[in-house]
Amino acid sequence: MAKRDNGLNLQSGSLITRFLIGSFVAFMGVFILGPLIWLALQAFTTSWTFPNWKPDGWTLIWWRRVFETPSMVEAIRNSFITAPIVVLVSAFICLPAAYAAARYNYIGRRVFLIGMFAANSFPKLGLFASIATLFYTLNLMGTMVGVIIIQLLGTIIYMTWIPAAAFAAVPKNLEEAARDAGASKFRVFRGITLRMAAPGILVAMVMSFISAFDEAQGTYLVGSPEIFTMPTEMYSLVLTYPVQIAAVFSILLAVPSVILIGLARKQIIGGQLAEGFQIK
Amino acid sequence: MSNATQGLELIGLTKILGGRVIIDNLNLTVEKGEMVSLLGPSGCGKTTTLRMIAGFLIPEKGTVNLAGKDVTNLGPEKRPSAMVFQNYALWPHMTVFKNVAYPLKIRKMSKSEIEKRVHEVLEVVNLMHHKDSRPGQISGGEQQRVALARALVQEPDILLLDEPLSNLDAKLRVKVREDIRDLQRRLGITTVIVTHDQDEALSISDRIAVMNDGRIEQFSTPQELYDRPATEYVANFIGSLNRVEGGYSDGQIIPGSEVVGIRPEDVAFTKTQVPGSYPATVELIVPRGHFHEVYLKRADASLRAFISVDVPKVGDTGFAKVSKALVYKDGKLVRTA
Repeated sequence: MAKRDNGLNLQSGSLITRFLIGSFVAFMGVFILGPLIWLALQAFTTSWTFPNWKPDGWTLIWWRRVFETPSMVEAIRNSFITAPIVVLVSAFICLPAAYAAARYNYIGRRVFLIGMFAANSFPKLGLFASIATLFYTLNLMGTMVGVIIIQLLGTIIYMTWIPAAAFAAVPKNLEEAARDAGASKFRVFRGITLRMAAPGILVAMVMSFISAFDEAQGTYLVGSPEIFTMPTEMYSLVLTYPVQIAAVFSILLAVPSVILIGLARKQIIGGQLAEGFQIK
Repeated sequence: MSNATQGLELIGLTKILGGRVIIDNLNLTVEKGEMVSLLGPSGCGKTTTLRMIAGFLIPEKGTVNLAGKDVTNLGPEKRPSAMVFQNYALWPHMTVFKNVAYPLKIRKMSKSEIEKRVHEVLEVVNLMHHKDSRPGQISGGEQQRVALARALVQEPDILLLDEPLSNLDAKLRVKVREDIRDLQRRLGITTVIVTHDQDEALSISDRIAVMNDGRIEQFSTPQELYDRPATEYVANFIGSLNRVEGGYSDGQIIPGSEVVGIRPEDVAFTKTQVPGSYPATVELIVPRGHFHEVYLKRADASLRAFISVDVPKVGDTGFAKVSKALVYKDGKLVRTA
């Protein structure tokens, strides 16, 4: 046989390699999906302890408990206030920067784009600690504004790189054609550039929302004990409540991500996310 | 300024890009309703000139007058010109109808008026059946017509075409260029077309401006350009040319310091001697479709001839006669003989 080792060839592989690959997939499936399935089931069980294969019974009581506990309701509310605000503020700050990075070749452009990674390439906790000392002097500790600023940091990379690539991908002559047709610069931006970059911007907004929504370290450091969001509420929840409550909360925490990624699936699979990090 | 020149007027246009003079003191006048080609090799500045007419580039020096108005410092949206881009630049997120309607929407026309005019122009370019298609769903030739429709719907004072046929295959190119010429004549629209294809320029233009290195070498009718190319550059660029250094006298190349240009179609090969012909041998024959390119060796020079009937064979001997020659000195035409 000629060498054909480019990737996994399931069809022509021997029985033993097929068996090995099959077991590997099953093994990975158990380790990735297993805990998620267990978690999803936990949220609806009265109790389920080792070594029982089946839960002892089914109930919705934990869901009611969550929605009847004021601190948890507040955490949910806080999360759904901060994350959308973070996305909007981030878009407001980063989209013009992304457009500039895509359309103008100014000195320091590369440094600016690479610099976006800086906040993500060092241990965050150290960064947050130094920000916290600054926030104490500015009286931002334990405030919504402080939490929003901290959550904003993680979204900046998404909101600059992905839209920058999206803007750069709009051919210049499509903008010129609109100018030629009589449109003002602003109208061209609104009707052509922004419209054509919209899928990329949408992906950036989804990623930013998820990033802000899931942010726990900085939010805990800056927000507690005044402000708790869903991820930071999890810390105390895991320690003080039955495991089923944590399961319910985990599912609630996952819902927005799943819905948003589902909505933007076409764009994400279409490569907008991947393309976003390939800008030169 | 006379009333006759209500088309386009470029006066002393100079453009510097990246420290290099791209356009050097260029003057050009296009009459109303005339179709003019800017012809030249890539890098000669023809597209730069077109972009200055359209308003995408502002010249360092000089004036652009469109329809009797100075538009030198106006943006493209404020000029009475409409451009068809080389790769059409259709907006992929809009249907054909919306692409064509966009310029009218910007002019804040009523919905019914927009619909009427877009339908009219789509009829003209024969694309009504595609009005709800997106640009990605139609062929290159059809996209080209949409781009043309989008320009025409604006009823511009001047239509600018940037290499409009270069992305079409050879057959379609001939058809579309005839369509464009026909349309241009019918609507009487002043048109400037940029091209590097001499066939294209020769077949559709009223006049051609041959450009070289940011300057216009000659601005003339296709026939005049072909018969009396003012410079050696133009003679080489338009049509085919035998270029021989020396002088020219009595149908023969003689020693001299000039350059003699002879069109291959002005070289005749005969078996028997006729007045003005000299002995020649056939060295090579290249079939060119409807004619053959025949390489002839004469005592005074090697000449190429285009022959379509009674094609000789390699090695044949006979007589070659030059019926017309262009004589250049320092690159300029000094006489024809």
